[in-house]
Amino acid sequence: MISHLFLQQYWWIIISILAGLLVFLMFVQGGQSMIFSLPRNESDKTMIVNSLGRKWEFTFTTLVTFGGGFFASFPLFYSASFGGAYWVWIAILFSFIIQAIAYEYRSKPANIFGKNTYDTFLFLNGSLGPFLIGTAVATFFTGSQFSLNEMNQVRWQTPWHGLEALLNGKNLALGLAVLFLARTNGILYIINSVDEEALIERSLGKLTVNAIAFLVFFLLFLGSLLLSKGFAYDSSTGTVMMENYKYLHNLIGMPLVLILFLAGVVGVLYGIGSTIFGGSRSGIWYTGFGTLLAVTSLFLVAGFNDTAFYPSVYDLNSSLTIRNASSSHFTLKTMMFVSFIVPFVAAYIWFAWKAINNKRITEEEMKKEGHVY
Amino acid sequence: MFENADLSLVDWSRAQFALTAIYHWLFVPLTLGLSFIVAIMESIYVKTGNEEWKRITRFWMTLFGINFAIGVATGIILEFEFGTNWSNYSWFVGDIFGAPLAIEGILAFFLESTFVAVMFFGWNKVSKKFHLLSSWLVAIGANLSALWILVANAWMQNPVGMVFNPDTARNEMISFWDVLFNEVAISKFLHTISSGFLLASMFVLGISAYYLLKKREILLARRSILISGVFGLLSSLLVIYTGDSSAKALAKAQPVKFAAFEALYEGKENAGLVAAGILKESDSKIGNTAVNDFAFRIEIPGFLSIMTSGKRDAFVPGIYDLVNGNQSRGIMPVSEKIDRGTKVRNMLEEYKTARKNNDNDKAGMLAATFRDKKFNEENFRYFGYSFFKSPDEAIPNVKVAFYTFHLMVMLGFLFILEFFLAIYFLFRGTLEKQKWFLWVALFSILLPYVAGELGWVLAEMGRQPWIIQDLMPVSAAVSQISSGSVITTFVLFAVLFTLLLVAEVSIMIRQIKTGPKH
Ligand code: HDD
Ligand code: HEM
Ligand code: HEM
Repeated sequence: MISHLFLQQYWWIIISILAGLLVFLMFVQGGQSMIFSLPRNESDKTMIVNSLGRKWEFTFTTLVTFGGGFFASFPLFYSASFGGAYWVWIAILFSFIIQAIAYEYRSKPANIFGKNTYDTFLFLNGSLGPFLIGTAVATFFTGSQFSLNEMNQVRWQTPWHGLEALLNGKNLALGLAVLFLARTNGILYIINSVDEEALIERSLGKLTVNAIAFLVFFLLFLGSLLLSKGFAYDSSTGTVMMENYKYLHNLIGMPLVLILFLAGVVGVLYGIGSTIFGGSRSGIWYTGFGTLLAVTSLFLVAGFNDTAFYPSVYDLNSSLTIRNASSSHFTLKTMMFVSFIVPFVAAYIWFAWKAINNKRITEEEMKKEGHVY
Repeated sequence: MFENADLSLVDWSRAQFALTAIYHWLFVPLTLGLSFIVAIMESIYVKTGNEEWKRITRFWMTLFGINFAIGVATGIILEFEFGTNWSNYSWFVGDIFGAPLAIEGILAFFLESTFVAVMFFGWNKVSKKFHLLSSWLVAIGANLSALWILVANAWMQNPVGMVFNPDTARNEMISFWDVLFNEVAISKFLHTISSGFLLASMFVLGISAYYLLKKREILLARRSILISGVFGLLSSLLVIYTGDSSAKALAKAQPVKFAAFEALYEGKENAGLVAAGILKESDSKIGNTAVNDFAFRIEIPGFLSIMTSGKRDAFVPGIYDLVNGNQSRGIMPVSEKIDRGTKVRNMLEEYKTARKNNDNDKAGMLAATFRDKKFNEENFRYFGYSFFKSPDEAIPNVKVAFYTFHLMVMLGFLFILEFFLAIYFLFRGTLEKQKWFLWVALFSILLPYVAGELGWVLAEMGRQPWIIQDLMPVSAAVSQISSGSVITTFVLFAVLFTLLLVAEVSIMIRQIKTGPKH
């Protein structure tokens, strides 16, 4: 008989991996955020847009699956956070709605609003998406202002409904770190998938700046996180209280997570370094994998080791933990069987990705190919 | 414990959900059907090696892509709206409702979006066979997306396979198969996807008719009409068949909705089916709700009884029976349901108090009652009625239900005729001469869109006041945000989606006017 706690942990791991994948795949957004600054001319832009455009669906679908997965496994998070922090989530959604049509419509005749509008959509999604998602995720560590009644219905305690998260320095730091990480990955992806000397030259120039910006904000966030108080709960009574250095304790208390995290950071740094100093063109795979590991382990730090993953600073005992927010035993078990399909899904995605990306994008191809964004 | 939401908040939240769902449904059915039509055309290309078929395939595929993008854009908002706007609902049923949504992402959306990329960019990169396989997988993936979301929707119309847990204050799933093979789910799925096939066939037929009228792309048009005519005829027959099974399933699961769309007030045996009619408000009332009368109607005698159970003498309950009860037919009055629901609600409050006071004996006893099967069948299933102040609240808007249903059905029969004529003229070789028919076909492109939206308005408004039939009314489901916020997002969505729709239609029309590449 599988214990309920095991299933809750299993599902938290899946959610964490999905989050890691999502942040990695946001290289698409990172690339989009440079749509006006990176290309030297229209032809560059076409190549950039097309190299990103063949991947945007993956990011989008991962976001959708992340939402669905969270709903199925931790419905209390879904109802409390989405229903409470209304404006942040609506803003995130808006930025994705305008992305979905932008690729397909930007260069089609009679698109009414003109290419520039669609490119602006891509830019907005590229910059706001990662930043807002990063900010929202930071509230997993900094807490929000809500309470739950005895029917587990949420009451948000500020009229800002989520926008208040933007006033917290730590949240902003993580938001910016995610944004610059996405941009770094975006550049590395372009270097990997486009064949055009001068464009790659230019990308390398941008890489350094973005990587440094990422590091600064990331270290700022990480430093303040490890030094701050965290939201611990007592699993025997279910009460939540503040604990000094909680997240530092979590990392030390879960050595495997610490190793994953450090491996992730090393991977990110190696990918960047080997590109800048070694002229490598496959840096994206190292930073990508590193991103996956680092973000996954940050999520594990947020939810494991008796930590409230969606804390309420208004009423500590309304905080959500993987125990009190999860689905029932039966549902988690059923969904576990479903999750066994994931490796198969990952395999065909990999296969299809390879089939389309087997050659780098060139100016030549953009002129010949039938379907060009 | 339960607070009643402010009415304008409820109405705006409903309006916002309806707006976004209606927009999503403008694009989804074309995806569902056109993906299959394209896959069929490509199969012929691969089989015959005829380049003209490839050109035909690629032309429709371009239109597919334009539509697909906006379908995706409007879908994401719906998924998150359950949380943002119906958060109490999301908790109350998330344990059941979340699963299909997650499975949809894992199983269907990835399939669709992965192979869509191959479909568009793979022409010169992968083998013919692999490309064809991708096109079929896109079609299957799209229709799987429909499956899971419709299972979720059907569950709201006919909640099964769960038990209430008073500790967490939510319903918990106990049988996945009951949820999946819900009778309503099966008929809904088949009806909905076949309506999508029909819509796409009409789309292809209409555009091809336009080319024939313009005397361009004759070969493409004739071949496309062949495929869409046959596919359309089959789907429209399936639509009617499954629409009928939907109605049968409804007669059991949601008898009030059924009575409402027939505007049947007094139940009877040998009940006639109203084929067409006009309603007018009469002087009598049920509670505060006015009763509708027929100003005019055409009735097929006995047919309604046959539709519900196959027998002419079967009794079909009317709205009066369902609201006031009908002892001789074993129909419980709504007032009794309100009493039972209220009893359950009081028990729940007692349970919460007992827990607070650490009165474990009492809490344990009550918890056992909530798990008891008989208690669930006789009492808990009426939980939602405890929110009612008067029995007539159980009546949906009869006019809306009646007109949406009858228009949809009439259109359904019209489509059969059109597809039949298309095939007939094509085989007679006179199609190009039937100018009138070509014009009708062109303007008919819009009609399946109307029918499909009517179907949803019927399905969803006919369910009112419930968000989950008999368990939760919409007023208890809504998120506690200010109605000002919802009005703001409503306006934002309305403006954004309308702009996107305008762009989509404009691009589409230009592509059609330009025609396929040579
Ligand atoms: C999975 C569930 C689901 C699905 C597939 C749909 N809806 Fe829905 N719909 C709801 C779940 C829902 C809901 C969340 O349950 C709402 C919100 C309030 C309500 O009564 O039901 C709703 C309300 C609602 C209303 C307002 C009814 C009212 O309360 O007055 C309309 C007109 C529609 N929907 C139309 C549609 C259309 C055109 C759909 C096609 C895509 C659709 N719905 C799919
Ligand atoms: C409230 C209900 C619904 C929700 C929450 C929802 C959610 C979504 C989401 C999130 C997407 C984007 C998926 C992606 O990333 O590719 C999408 C697209 C899609 N949905 Fe829905 N959907 C709903 C209703 C429906 C219905 C009723 C159907 C069909 C019967 C349907 C069929 C599809 C299809 C086929 C797509 C692919 C995109 C396209 O059609 O252009 N959806 N939906
Ligand atoms: C004789 C023809 C038809 C019959 C008897 C019929 C019957 C029904 C019924 C009873 C429902 C309500 C189901 C519910 O409330 O849960 C429904 C819904 C619906 N109908 Fe039809 N219908 C017919 C034709 C059409 C046509 C032609 C279309 C579109 C092209 C269509 C599209 C829909 C859609 C999209 C829904 C909502 C999905 C659902 O609830 O099943 N229907 N139909």
